[in-house]
Amino acid sequence: MSDAPLLSVRDLSVDFTRYGRASHVLRDVSLDVPARRHVALVGESGCGKSVTMRAIMGILATPPARITSGQIVFDDQDLLAMTGRQREALRGTAMSMVFQDPMTSLNPVFTIGDQMGTILKYADRRLGRPRGGAGRRARIHEVLGQVRMPDPERIARSYPIMLSGGMRQRVLIAMALLSEPRLLIADEPGTALDVTTQAQILKLLKDLVEDRGLALLMITHNLGVVREAADYVYVMYAGSVVEHAPAAELFANPSHPYTRALIDCVPKLSGDTTFRGIDGSLPDYAAPPPGCRFAPRCALAGADCQQPPPDRKVGADHFAACWRVAEAAS
Amino acid sequence: MSAPLLEVVGLSKGFPIRGGLFGAVRGEVKAVNDVNFKLAKGEVFGLAGESGSGKSTIARMILGLTELSAGAILFEGVDLSLNANAAARGRAVQMVFQNPGSSLNPRRSIGQSIAVPLVARGLRAAEMGTRITRLLDMVQLPSAFRDRYPHELSGGQKQRVAIARALAVEPRLIVLDEPTSALDVSVQAKIIELLMELGGSLGLTYIFISHDLSLMRNFASRIGILYLGRLVEIGATRALFETPAHPYTQSLLAAIPVISAAEEALKPKVDVVEGEIPSPANQPPGCAFHTRCPRAFAPCARTMPAFTDLGEGHSARCHLLSSPAP
Repeated sequence: MSDAPLLSVRDLSVDFTRYGRASHVLRDVSLDVPARRHVALVGESGCGKSVTMRAIMGILATPPARITSGQIVFDDQDLLAMTGRQREALRGTAMSMVFQDPMTSLNPVFTIGDQMGTILKYADRRLGRPRGGAGRRARIHEVLGQVRMPDPERIARSYPIMLSGGMRQRVLIAMALLSEPRLLIADEPGTALDVTTQAQILKLLKDLVEDRGLALLMITHNLGVVREAADYVYVMYAGSVVEHAPAAELFANPSHPYTRALIDCVPKLSGDTTFRGIDGSLPDYAAPPPGCRFAPRCALAGADCQQPPPDRKVGADHFAACWRVAEAAS
Repeated sequence: MSAPLLEVVGLSKGFPIRGGLFGAVRGEVKAVNDVNFKLAKGEVFGLAGESGSGKSTIARMILGLTELSAGAILFEGVDLSLNANAAARGRAVQMVFQNPGSSLNPRRSIGQSIAVPLVARGLRAAEMGTRITRLLDMVQLPSAFRDRYPHELSGGQKQRVAIARALAVEPRLIVLDEPTSALDVSVQAKIIELLMELGGSLGLTYIFISHDLSLMRNFASRIGILYLGRLVEIGATRALFETPAHPYTQSLLAAIPVISAAEEALKPKVDVVEGEIPSPANQPPGCAFHTRCPRAFAPCARTMPAFTDLGEGHSARCHLLSSPAP
């Protein structure tokens, strides 16, 4: 990643306060999403992927959340220094989001065209470029075509219930593309769908990144999807990025003990490897381990792991936050 | 195969489509259509297919939650689908549902939830405590969990409780409907390990319903692939993965996202099918898959192919196997 990335998150830390008790959820999360790249943020439930995504989009509820330190830079602008109104102007225009569940993210009582029209109207208003009803309709049909929907006119007149899961997921992607965003954040795209449909959705996202020069940040728990679709991967555990590398490199040479354990958990198509789980559970965010947050579950942990681990370079563009990275690799 | 534990014969289910002013029956959705399979004792039989393929309807019929339109479900020769045999069915077959969050009553403690089937079975109160402790022990949970409530448990722990509850009546057959799809992979592996151990030590037979074929490869001994309510291919797991015969099976396997080049090489070299599964209310004539099949030829649109035996219990329903394409 040579030129300045479109989105850059630096040392982001987020606390949540509930009933006077603080939970230290994100700790020093850093990640870059350049244009024309498909970046994946992967981790299990509760690892902080959604909090990271919400902080980037500016839809984190504060309170209870509080950004205690860090920077989020989008297109050379410091998002955290902006006013709420300035951020709102970016949301749904320059940066846009595809929500997870195609079954519940659409309003059942309005047609697809109506729902997309409303989004487009507000996006246009924010961008100060009014467009008439006919212009909006044309744009909606154009975007539905871009997500490879057959017969966009008919789809625009349809209600969500008339569409299959895969088509609804395409509609959600189309909605995010309406105002020609430069950054798209996709939360578990296609994971609620069947494998054949999921493969089609991933192909569509790949083409959007390549053909339209989008920067795509995909949040997922599915390692298979990451390997098939992403260019670059950040692995998160308990609110920290533990390893990041180009996708092919990460799977060829996983270096953090957590990444290795996670890869071992995935059932293999060969069927001859015994897959195993990870003992223990996520740490309590109210009192997280002082050093490496994976240390309590790590077979290699020692006294040095009580200190926060450095981001160690283990290969080209490949870093692992682990004191024992040399041992882990052997 | 020795005498089967379960034999499903000509299983069919049609749901009426109603419409018009008086709700007249206008048609029928064939959710399950003439499904046949046999299960030997101790087997893990996987049922795979996309949503709308009829997997859950088959499970519900075996459990007596949905009535059959036609066919029979023979458990050691006794037809479980007859109402007269409902009590036998409840003892023989239990189910573990997909979402552990919603399958436990939030107002009941774990002990109370597990006690429900025990009470129904007439277990004496004096024995209840030891029995619940033993069941919790079988799923590797401490007995103190009996006094906890579902919201205090993680997803994996809740699923363990659901398994303990299914085991309470000492069933012979357990239907697992996507038992790990709501869980993280690190927890999934633990639950599958537990199910394998219990299967071995208690001599259980499983029907495992899932859309995750990699998981099925590691857990099921035999697999049936469903498409629009019909079995299209059935066989030993290894044979089905290494030499898939039906174009739909090949395409499903090709669509699995995998995490290594070595696994990539194991997938069939075919393109993933375009489009989505048609509505069961509107089934294509002939082979239901011909509308998406890259290798469809003239007979596919006309007649439903019969099963072709490929040896060792592996068979598939495709015209390409019986009469090669021109």
